[in-house]
Amino acid sequence: MFSFIARRLLVAVPTLLFLIVISAVLMHAAPGGPFNSERKLSAEVVANLQAKYGLDQPLYLQIWTYIRDLVLHFDFGPSFKYKDRTVNDIIAQGFPVTLVYGFWSFVIATILGIGAGVIAAIRQNTPTDYLVLSVAIIGAVLPGYVIAPILVLVFTLKLGWLPGGGWEDGEWRYLVLPVIALSTGYIASIARLMRSSMLETLNSNFVRTARAKGLPEWKVITRHVMKPALLPILSYLGPVFVGMITGSVVIDMYFSTGGIGKSFVDSALNRDYSVMLGVTLLVGALTIVFNLIVDVLYAFIDPKIRY
Amino acid sequence: MVTAKLRAGDLSRITDMAEVKGRSLWADARKRFLLNKAAVASLLVLMFITLFSLTGEAVAPWTNEEIDFNVIGSADTKGMPSLESGHYFGTDDLGRDLFARSAQGTRVSLMVGFVGTFIAVLVGTVYGAVSGYVGGRTDAIMMRIVDILSAIPYMFVLILLLVMFGRSMFMIFVGIGLLSWLGMARIVRGQTLSLKHKEYIEAARASGVSSWKIILRHILPNLLGVVVVYTTLLIPDMIMAESFISFLGLGVQEPLTSLGALIAEGSKSIVQGSLWQLYFPLAFFTVTLYAFYFVGDGLRDALDPKDR
Repeated sequence: MFSFIARRLLVAVPTLLFLIVISAVLMHAAPGGPFNSERKLSAEVVANLQAKYGLDQPLYLQIWTYIRDLVLHFDFGPSFKYKDRTVNDIIAQGFPVTLVYGFWSFVIATILGIGAGVIAAIRQNTPTDYLVLSVAIIGAVLPGYVIAPILVLVFTLKLGWLPGGGWEDGEWRYLVLPVIALSTGYIASIARLMRSSMLETLNSNFVRTARAKGLPEWKVITRHVMKPALLPILSYLGPVFVGMITGSVVIDMYFSTGGIGKSFVDSALNRDYSVMLGVTLLVGALTIVFNLIVDVLYAFIDPKIRY
Repeated sequence: MVTAKLRAGDLSRITDMAEVKGRSLWADARKRFLLNKAAVASLLVLMFITLFSLTGEAVAPWTNEEIDFNVIGSADTKGMPSLESGHYFGTDDLGRDLFARSAQGTRVSLMVGFVGTFIAVLVGTVYGAVSGYVGGRTDAIMMRIVDILSAIPYMFVLILLLVMFGRSMFMIFVGIGLLSWLGMARIVRGQTLSLKHKEYIEAARASGVSSWKIILRHILPNLLGVVVVYTTLLIPDMIMAESFISFLGLGVQEPLTSLGALIAEGSKSIVQGSLWQLYFPLAFFTVTLYAFYFVGDGLRDALDPKDR
C-alpha cells in the first residue's frame, strides 16, 4: 500500500513541477507586456515599473524567482493590474465562495446521480428506466451556460421564487440556482454511468448465487451489487471535481457569485497574467491532488488492484 | 420453354458472378446504421442545419451586419420575429437580424467543431498509433506525457493561450484541437496494441515492410472504425468548448459570432423580455448537439462490434 502511494506521488510531483515551469515560462514569454496600455508611458516610468515587478532581470532569473517563491512561500507574486493586491489576496477572496457552491454541487450530483442510476438499473426497461435515461440524455447536452439563463427565466423572472444572482455570504436562497446549474450535467452523466455499471454487476454470477441462497432483493442490491458497481463512479469523481471548478467560471459570470471563476475571467479580460497563471496553477494542483486521493481510495476499495 | 429461358438467364448471371461482391465490413456497418431510425433522422437534421448555416445569410432579407434603425433601442417591443419586417427570428438589441446571425453563428460553431476535431483526430491518431506500435520505453514515455498533459486544466489553459496570443479563429481552432487529442491518443494506442500482434502485421514485417509503412497501410485503416466513432462524439465536445469560451466573451470577435456568443447575448436580454434572442440560438445549439450524439451512437452500434 505504502509503495503504491509513493509511486503515485512520484508521478504527481513531476506533473506539478512541469505545470509550474510551463506556467512561469509562458508568463514571461507572452507577447505584449501587462503595461502596454493605450496611454503612452514615459521611458522612466516603464523602467521603474519593470524594476518593481522584476521584469528587467534576465528571463531565466525571473522564472527561477517565480518558481522559488511559489514552492517555498506559496507566493504567487503581485497582480499586474491591481497595485495594492497580490495574487494570493485575489485567490483568497474568490476561492472560498467557489468551494461552498462547488461542494454542494458535488455532493448533490453524486447522490442524485447514483440514486437515479440505481433506480433505473433495478427497474430496467420500465417507464421509470426510460424516464431516467431520457432526462440523463437531455442533461448531458445542456451545459451550465444554457441551464443558467433558463433557470433565471423560470424561477426569478416568471415565478419570483429565488434571486437571480448575488452571493450574500452563501445564504441558501442564493445558493440554489448556481448549484442546480452546476450539478445538472453531472447528475446526468453519473446516472448513466451508474446504470450501466449496475446492470453489468446484476448479471454476474455472485449476484445469482446471492439470490439463489434466498437473500431478499434489497439485501442483494445493497450488500452485493452496490459496492462493485460504485467503483467506476469513484474514478469519474476526478473529472467531476475539475468540472465543478471549470464550471464556476460560468456560474460566477452568470450569477455574479464572485468566486474564483470571476477572478479568472476578469484577469483574462485585463491581461493580468499573474492572476491567470496563479488560478490555473491552483486548479491544476488541486486536480492532481484530487486524482491522487481518488487513486488511493480506489486501491483501498478494489481488491483487484495490486500494488 | 419458359424454364429454359430462365435457366439461360441464370447461367449468364452466374458467369457474371465476378461482379457480385461479398458484403464488406463497411457495407454491413452502413446497413446497421440505416436501421437505426434516431441516427438517420439526426443525420438528416444535421444536413438541414448545415444547409441553413451555409445559405441562411443569402436567403435572409437583412445581412448580419446591417442595422435596422426602426428597431434600434427598442428591440424588445419592435424587434420581434415577424414575416413582414423580414426579421424571421427577430433582431438583437442593436437591430441586427437574428436570422442571418444565427446562420452565421451556426456556421462558425460547426466549423470550429469540424476543424478542431480534425486537428485532434490527426494528432491523436498518429501519436497513439506510433506509441502503441513502437512500444517499450518510447511508449512508456509518450503515454506519461499524455498523463501529465491530461492533468492540466484544459479550459483554463485554452483561455490563457487565447489571451496571451490573441483571440483569432486560428488560435481557437489550434487551441481546442491541440488540447483535446489526448483521449484519442489513448484509445488509438490501445487498439494498436491489440492489432500489433495480428498475423497480417507479422507477415508484413517478415516481408520487410518498414514500420512507418506498416502503420500507414495496415494499422491506420484498421483503426478507422474506432476513430470515426470517437470523431463524431468529439465534434459536439468541441462545439461546447467553443461556446463556453464565447459565452465568456473570450471567443470569436465581432462581427463574427458563434452560437455560444449568441446564447450569451440572448441570456443577457431575457430581463427585457426579448426571449427570441435566447430561444433561436439555443434551439440550434441543442438540436445540433443532440443530432451529433445520436449519429455518434448510431455509428458506434454500427462499427463497434464489441458494444453490441
